[in-house]
Amino acid sequence: MSHMSNFDFATSFNNTSFPNPIFTASGCAGSGKELSQFFPLNEIGAIVTKSIMVKARSGRPTPRMAETPSGMLNSIGLQGPGIDQFLAEDIPFLIKAGSRIIVSIAGESVDDYGSLARRLRGVPGLSAVEVNISCPNVESRGQVFACDPIASRAVVEVVRRTLGGELPIIVKLSPDVTDIVAIAGEVISAGADGLALINTLLGMVIDIDLMRPKLGGKTGGLSGPAIRPIAVRAIYQVHQAFPKVPILGMGGVTNGRDALELVLAGASGVSIGTATFGNPSALMSVKEELKSLLIARGFSSFKDAVGHAHRSENE
Amino acid sequence: MNINRRAQQRSVEIVSNKKIGAYHHMVFAVGDMALHALPGNFVAISVGGPGSSMVLRRAFAIYRTHDRGNYGGTLELVVAPHGQGSRWLTALPMHATVDMVGPLGTNFGIPTEPVNALLVGGGYGSAPLFGLAELLKENGCRVDMVLGASSAGKIYAPLEGKRAVNSMTVTTDDGSAGTKGQVISVLPGLIERYNIEIIYSCGPMPMLAAVQEVAQKFGIIHQCAVEEAMACGIGVCMTCVIPLRDANGEIRMSRSCIDGPVMDGANVIWNSKGEIPKGTVGEPHV
Repeated sequence: MSHMSNFDFATSFNNTSFPNPIFTASGCAGSGKELSQFFPLNEIGAIVTKSIMVKARSGRPTPRMAETPSGMLNSIGLQGPGIDQFLAEDIPFLIKAGSRIIVSIAGESVDDYGSLARRLRGVPGLSAVEVNISCPNVESRGQVFACDPIASRAVVEVVRRTLGGELPIIVKLSPDVTDIVAIAGEVISAGADGLALINTLLGMVIDIDLMRPKLGGKTGGLSGPAIRPIAVRAIYQVHQAFPKVPILGMGGVTNGRDALELVLAGASGVSIGTATFGNPSALMSVKEELKSLLIARGFSSFKDAVGHAHRSENE
Repeated sequence: MNINRRAQQRSVEIVSNKKIGAYHHMVFAVGDMALHALPGNFVAISVGGPGSSMVLRRAFAIYRTHDRGNYGGTLELVVAPHGQGSRWLTALPMHATVDMVGPLGTNFGIPTEPVNALLVGGGYGSAPLFGLAELLKENGCRVDMVLGASSAGKIYAPLEGKRAVNSMTVTTDDGSAGTKGQVISVLPGLIERYNIEIIYSCGPMPMLAAVQEVAQKFGIIHQCAVEEAMACGIGVCMTCVIPLRDANGEIRMSRSCIDGPVMDGANVIWNSKGEIPKGTVGEPHV
């Protein structure tokens, strides 16, 4: 079908364009090497790396995982090698694999984010930086940055200032807030180019035999299809308030129809996280299914579908 | 990092599903996946069918494989219907298909010289030891086996499996079969009687930890297949970690699915569930 071959699947975040809108979700793609044996990494829009911190981190004790109805809780605690080893090992592999790369960064203080941005400045081969602000701020009694508009602003400002204007900054927000539109407004005015919505929701499972919290870290982040309606709602609300700001949407996407829902709500890209755990080739199937669904609905370009659920009654 | 490069994802057909004692013996037609599997490797199976509320794969140690037969290459599992996922799997009829990823993880190392090997299995953890026993026998090793479980019905020891070993010792907690007690109690006697040079083990973590203590006391190499809850089986979720000493002597939270399941027992920091051992790379600074 000539119609099909003419379909324009590309998306963009500010001036950076991607051949298709399917991305990994931070912390759900290992180093990239693990997934590369199931599909070529350059087939997707980009790899969003695990959230990297200044220093190596062991993460939390086990158990780190509990399956829940249509979802899971995880309590990994940002296990990772630290920025130096990450830049020395992970990034060269991804570049060699022809992958587009969005580096996700996470810190325990505003200064940490500044140090990470400094280390990323001038690193070749990066498409964007994701700023994960769903971390406890050690300078504020462990309050999560993303739940505090002032701390969120401070983090984004330091990253923007340090990184300069070249790389788009995508700020990942937590849904565990009263007013996600207000937080979005703060980080946009502080210099965010795009937003990633949504991070996991805080949850807990209690082992009824041990009669204690099941996870080593006691609480964990809830992900999977169970949270998809929350993601759709958050993306819809934020896109409505800031229609020009691109959103990387995520939250329980397992197939093409789920991805389409996020796109119609306003996502310019869709990240696949937990679905990869259940199916290593989920990114590939979501990509093909989304494309077919868009074509079947008469879209000639992916971008035309972004936020389409917001159109007025008479459109 | 030891990614199993032979892993593939495919839809596989169930060609046999039989209840044996407390377990199900299941056979899958897996094509050339069977060629690439080694004792100690595991597979990860998607459960619940399309639209299932169970979003994570279930990991199973491979019992054995055959590279050709009526159904082409086949792969066999011994499944304990413990949870919702394994109950769904064991209830499937003949010719049903499941989505399988494998072979995954590290495998048991085979000595280059014939040695006296002791294989120690707990519950259905005995399954991967039978394929290992055959391979060791082919390499000229003496193979003795100890299987332990809570009761007789939970010992998995098929007849052909028994034939593959020089001696078979069974222990049960309730004394309903073999020696009453746990496998650990019979190990020192067997090690001395058969002049054991290497121990292979598979089963619950507390058993593996106890086997390591014995192995260390006798100065014997111990390769164990660890059991830690996994969400993905392919190295991306970081949930199945255990503290492991690497070649440089540094302790790292290492993935059971990539750096395991087969590990050198001497390198595992045992009994550390619920904590990050002191000295682990990147340990929390309080």
